[in-house]
Amino acid sequence: MADLIWLIPALPVAGFVLLMLLGRRMGEPGAGWVATLTVGGSFVLSVATFFDLLSLPADDRSFHQVLFTWLPAGNFSVDVGFLADPLSITMALFVTGIGALIHLYSIGYMAGDEHFSKFFVYLNLFVGSMLLLVLGDNLLVTFLGWEGVGLCSYLLISFWFSDPANASAGKKAFVANRVGDVGFLLGTFLVWMTFGSINYLDINEGVHAGIASVTAIAIVLLFFLGATGKSAQIPLFTWLPDAMAGPTPVSALIHAATMVTSGVFLLTRLNAVLHEAGWANDVIAWVGLTTALVAALAALAQNDIKKVLAYSTVSQLGYMFLAIGSGAFVAAVFHMITHAFFKALLFLGSGSVIVAMGHEQDMRLYGRLRKYLPVTSITFMVGWLAISGIPPFSGFWSKDEILGAAWQNGTVGQIQWGIGVFVAILTAFYMTRLVVLTFFGDREKWRDQSAYDEVPDLHHRHLDPSHEPHEPSWLMLFPLVVLAVFAALDGVINLPIANLEFLGEWLEPVIVHEHEALPGSTVAILATLAAIGAAGGIAAAWAMYQHHKGSKELVEQPAFQHALYIDDAYTALVGGPGEAAASGLATFDREVIDGAVNGVGWLARATGRIVRTYQNGFLRSYALALAGGAVVLLLFVVIRMGV
Amino acid sequence: MLAQLELALTPTWYLVLAAMIFAIGAVGLLVRRNPLVMFMCVELMLNAVTLTFVAFSRALDDVGGQVFVFFVLVVAAAEVVVGLALVVAIMRRRQGADADDLSLMRG
Repeated sequence: MADLIWLIPALPVAGFVLLMLLGRRMGEPGAGWVATLTVGGSFVLSVATFFDLLSLPADDRSFHQVLFTWLPAGNFSVDVGFLADPLSITMALFVTGIGALIHLYSIGYMAGDEHFSKFFVYLNLFVGSMLLLVLGDNLLVTFLGWEGVGLCSYLLISFWFSDPANASAGKKAFVANRVGDVGFLLGTFLVWMTFGSINYLDINEGVHAGIASVTAIAIVLLFFLGATGKSAQIPLFTWLPDAMAGPTPVSALIHAATMVTSGVFLLTRLNAVLHEAGWANDVIAWVGLTTALVAALAALAQNDIKKVLAYSTVSQLGYMFLAIGSGAFVAAVFHMITHAFFKALLFLGSGSVIVAMGHEQDMRLYGRLRKYLPVTSITFMVGWLAISGIPPFSGFWSKDEILGAAWQNGTVGQIQWGIGVFVAILTAFYMTRLVVLTFFGDREKWRDQSAYDEVPDLHHRHLDPSHEPHEPSWLMLFPLVVLAVFAALDGVINLPIANLEFLGEWLEPVIVHEHEALPGSTVAILATLAAIGAAGGIAAAWAMYQHHKGSKELVEQPAFQHALYIDDAYTALVGGPGEAAASGLATFDREVIDGAVNGVGWLARATGRIVRTYQNGFLRSYALALAGGAVVLLLFVVIRMGV
Repeated sequence: MLAQLELALTPTWYLVLAAMIFAIGAVGLLVRRNPLVMFMCVELMLNAVTLTFVAFSRALDDVGGQVFVFFVLVVAAAEVVVGLALVVAIMRRRQGADADDLSLMRG
């Protein structure tokens, strides 16, 4: 089995190549099925590898396969190699598993799209790149996947590129990711300078042999910059809400479940370095927590159903970085897994709603949809309870572990815990708002002219008042049901009870310094408090939106709607002074740099213009010049030599 | 009388003759416009130089100068072949052959 690790990323890549060549001919739905099967094949291989690893003793659970030497350059050499260990195979399992389900869902969602096969070309390339990212045994292979997923993200966000808004959202994602990539690359250079290798195993050994704290801090901060780009943290999170311009399965797969977790994965991969990095961990924790808070506030006031989920994703990713900064890598991975399931579920559920509502995404025109969409609404509610942190659904367990890890960090940690619980309450609140506006409420607002009047900024009216929503095909419902089962139950992989912490034991070989567990009684108290908070959030939102108590304006602040104007500040900064600086540089380039280059050319031409008059084409004048030259030379010799 | 004449025939005579032939050739090359005549002038100049080679070879008793003559002859023959071919080609394309009409290569 260990020899076949390379097949896990190779299958979707093969599907990508095949679909690129023959996708149009396969058409619909053939191309979609081919894509789904390749990812399904990868999933089967990942499961087989997983059981292979499981059958080994804990310390031997690592398959390392080197395919070939990619860049031999002096004493620097990079192999294309794959490392299947508990961390990477965990990632591979949920990337391929959720990926296959979302491929299946996409066959239904993209039905009738004129670029049906192209969608699956990109989707397969994405899964292949993501698997390269997680399975690579060194930073450069990871970087290859890192860039690949960034490219696919760009291609898929702007999939419906005829709308300029979609195209510019794609560009924004790409540019924001590039800023982060600078950090990744510089981090890689620094790792090479420090350890003489960029292989993960060598890095761990190098750290074990000793590393200066300053170096570790620099490496961690550089990679964290890369992570903030990919995983949408402050300061680079603004691209993710815009990324919702892409088709909904893309939002579910790339911008919720898999790609955005790659920053969390990368830092977990480098956990040995992080352990030596001192205050850099505090930076990560605070940035994560601030992001969680800002994004949760922004999610309170969004009206687009996907925008709520997008800000919620940013917020949940912030939790994962809080866990990493607190040294609780298992908790981060745990939340990454549970989040992948329930957020994919929520996004696919929203996609099902969007299709049922004729591609209208404004929640202010929804209402009472549970009557029309029974399966979607039940599965969606599982996701809602999971993300809100209601026991026994999965989100409760993972969020709780993160908050517990923060609590251990002294007084600062307890402040972080408090903010974290506040964010959890906000999460429960905005998710309840979404659920009530969409599935509950007292009227079917798209039928109601007064609802349109309440929505002054709705420019175009999609929906016929007589529109009858109905459930999509089984292709779209089946993934919802599977994901709902997992979202409800996958908390069991790491229960905070002795001997039931399966994920913790499983990841133990790859986490160099394991986090100490809290005493059981403290865990129980903290968890109860968090669950009460979540229930309170749900109750408050239910009262406000179902029973119209209290003032909505208090919650839906304009500042929240604009995510505290951070994006607007960037726009102003980049569009104002930034553009002025850029155009100043452009002028310098045009006038001075280009001027120098053009000046050289001008000089050569001017010289040539003078000299070429002597090249007049008359043979006899050349002969005269020759003769004259000979005479001059002769005179020179005669006079100088005195012959 | 005969001996006196032989004595008087020093290399200087040959060199003066060669200089004269060379000057005739050079001036002819500059003043004539017919390519054929210009060729003949070039040949004159070559032959003048050949003559000096032979004269010096004789005076210095060095066979190297005469060897050089053979090279000059070969090069001259090759040059004539190319040159005459050019002249023929030009004649085919246009009436008459005047070197001053052919200034297509002006820079």
